Amino acid sequence: MKPAYYASDEVNMKEWQKLAWIIGIFLGAYYIPWDSILIRQAGLEAFMMLQDYARQHVLTCLIPAFFIAGAISVFVSQAAVLKYFGAKANKILSYSVASVSGSVLAVCSCTVLPLFAGIYTRGAGIGPATAFLYSGPAINVLAIILTAKVLGWQLGLARAIGAIFFAIITGLLMAFIFRKDDAEHETGELFLPEEEGNGRALWQDALYMLTMVLILVFASFARPTENDGIVWQMIFSVKWYLVIALVLVLAVMLKKWFVKEELKGWVDSTWGFAKQILPLLLGGVLVAGFLLGRPGHPALIPEQYIQGLVGGNSLWANFFASIVGAFMYFATLTEVPILQGLIGSGMGQGPALALLLAGPALSLPSMIAIAGIMGIKKTSIYCIIVVILSTIAGMTYGWMVA
Amino acid sequence: MKIEILGTGCAKCQKLEAMIREAVSASGIEAEISKVNDIKKIMTYGVLTTPGLVIDGEIKTAGKLPTADQIELWLKG
Repeated sequence: MKPAYYASDEVNMKEWQKLAWIIGIFLGAYYIPWDSILIRQAGLEAFMMLQDYARQHVLTCLIPAFFIAGAISVFVSQAAVLKYFGAKANKILSYSVASVSGSVLAVCSCTVLPLFAGIYTRGAGIGPATAFLYSGPAINVLAIILTAKVLGWQLGLARAIGAIFFAIITGLLMAFIFRKDDAEHETGELFLPEEEGNGRALWQDALYMLTMVLILVFASFARPTENDGIVWQMIFSVKWYLVIALVLVLAVMLKKWFVKEELKGWVDSTWGFAKQILPLLLGGVLVAGFLLGRPGHPALIPEQYIQGLVGGNSLWANFFASIVGAFMYFATLTEVPILQGLIGSGMGQGPALALLLAGPALSLPSMIAIAGIMGIKKTSIYCIIVVILSTIAGMTYGWMVA
Repeated sequence: MKIEILGTGCAKCQKLEAMIREAVSASGIEAEISKVNDIKKIMTYGVLTTPGLVIDGEIKTAGKLPTADQIELWLKG
């Protein structure tokens, strides 16, 4: 079976896929009325939105975030986390670790599906496996950072908390509904890589990560408004000095604490993320800009449609956002520009969160892949739970914000 | 010698396969190299994180790329 989950990472297209792309582009070039004012406006918006990202988010946010993600994938021990997914692991710990470990384990798409399948078939069972599946894509460090930067820290925080909290509920519900199957499911030995010491104490690794997070926070520190406190104004005025000081601190740490091999691994892994994600994000921003435009600038899809479908915070709007999110496929991180376009066109905060929760957790390709592992019945129940819980999360958040 | 590479097709898995093929041809060892793509089959090894490397039925590594030196050691041993 093809790994449909996060399938966009695959660079090797089949020949018929290449042909389909070429035919699609040809038909677009042939039939789209490029000289209509609407299309011109939409095309312009696509590039204006791209420029917004290039100017505001790439240097100060994305690039430091790639370095952080690279560091996590190289320096955080997977073995330390994986042992909580074994068949004999403490259940409460399994659920808690499953709901948060996406931040450490899911930074690479190579890991999500095998991990889910492994926990389900041989490890702690369906509950922790589905908890991991739900929260993994939502709380990986890149997703949280970009959501908070582009869509506001409130939504970023709500996304992280919502993903963790609802992951546990989803896992518990699945474990309860299928408790009989789970009791019978065969368990087996899991291969756990040995934990290797790296010559650094935990506090050294922690301090190194913290330094990078602080560089990101200060580098992307937004200009405070008149109403913000004097502290924020002061931080903003000296932010570049803080960043330079922190970069120097980081350089000293790298020189003193790390060996050359490790640094090479870190840079390689960072470069790997950049190569994998930047093209996807470029495409996502262009499509979002073309269809939805920047906030306050209409593009192809009229704003009243968006407002009619997902404006406000009604049950229908939240439900609709969840169900669309569940079926739609978002390539890594592209949910962020698309949400930005939707919010700019009048989507409510509640439905936005509902889409953010249901969107990356599920898509039609991932449903098919999951069904191949745990069967159609369990997969359908899982999808229904995700849609219902995301709707509830959206309603609650929309109500809190309003 | 039987070498299996466990991986669903992610970039690292392909890199590992390339590294193995190169190391095997450089060392001149007779080895049968196969790639295991099917996730259910991968699970029978108990490997949670890909890419995984199995030599003569024994799991050597999972979840990360080994260094070229490390691979050479495994091939000799």
